[in-house]
Amino acid sequence: MTALPLILTVFVACAVEAVEALTIVLAAGLTREWRSTFQGMAVALVVLAAIVAVLGPTITLLPLTALRLVVGALLAIFGLQWLRKAILRATGHKSLHDEASAYQREVEAARTAGLSSRGGVHDWYAFTLSFKGVLLEGLEVVFIVITFGASQHNVGAAAIGAAAAVLAVAATGIAVRAPLARVPENAMKFAVGIMLTSFGIFWGAEGAGVSWPGQDAALLVLVPVVALVAFGYTVLLRPRRGRSPVAPASGKVVSS
Amino acid sequence: MRRLRSIGAFWYDFVIGDDWRVAVVVVAALALTAVLVHAAGVNAWWLLPVCVFAALGWSLRRAIRS
Repeated sequence: MTALPLILTVFVACAVEAVEALTIVLAAGLTREWRSTFQGMAVALVVLAAIVAVLGPTITLLPLTALRLVVGALLAIFGLQWLRKAILRATGHKSLHDEASAYQREVEAARTAGLSSRGGVHDWYAFTLSFKGVLLEGLEVVFIVITFGASQHNVGAAAIGAAAAVLAVAATGIAVRAPLARVPENAMKFAVGIMLTSFGIFWGAEGAGVSWPGQDAALLVLVPVVALVAFGYTVLLRPRRGRSPVAPASGKVVSS
Repeated sequence: MRRLRSIGAFWYDFVIGDDWRVAVVVVAALALTAVLVHAAGVNAWWLLPVCVFAALGWSLRRAIRS
């Protein structure tokens, strides 16, 4: 497999998480102060980079069969989580993630918090808000970078995809100075869920000892089949006319 | 102790998520695939996809009914 599908999958997955992190960073920076916000963001990025730098080379030392079995299982479980949420949101059974509402909630909390300084940080609230937001959203990206990168023995290409997404979202955020509410987050999560689940099935089965018909070319069939099944469930679970879904999109903020 | 518990809860939520049954099905399907390949000599490439699709449908149905 070439590095392009790897880079693209990591790019899209990372962009979704970066959009959510950007919302928190903007709320901290615009409401509190930028210096402490950037400090929190920088420390979180250093921690995330350190995790990739330590775990990436370590995990690639494992035998490829064992690695693919473990990584495949984790990716399939992780990918199914994303697909499940995306399908429930697409069919109206779970509220859509609303960046504008998430931003308002963070802004209100940031306005009421008191000011305290610690060490070299002037505004501890802005620092911790930014640090936690970037670290928690970034952990999912690190997981994808390490699992995809290690399975392809190309952590560098995966890291390039992640870095490109962070830069693209950060540049857009700086340009518009507002949460990226128009980004089709659910559609992106749907696509990433399909890719994670497909690669998880492929590598997991290979790790269990299976020989796929057509070797790597089996992925070219597996990805569309997973997509078809996911779309099929979406169509099946869409509420029929006259019946309202359990939880219509109401602007209620839900976690990623 | 409380901190350890919250770290455990974070990683559980991070990896397993809302429905632990999906994780159980994936792990069981992989174990069964390995047994079929190594003990019975069956190249069971089809087993994991079938189990994954069934687990997704089951999980969605449970989520909607609850």
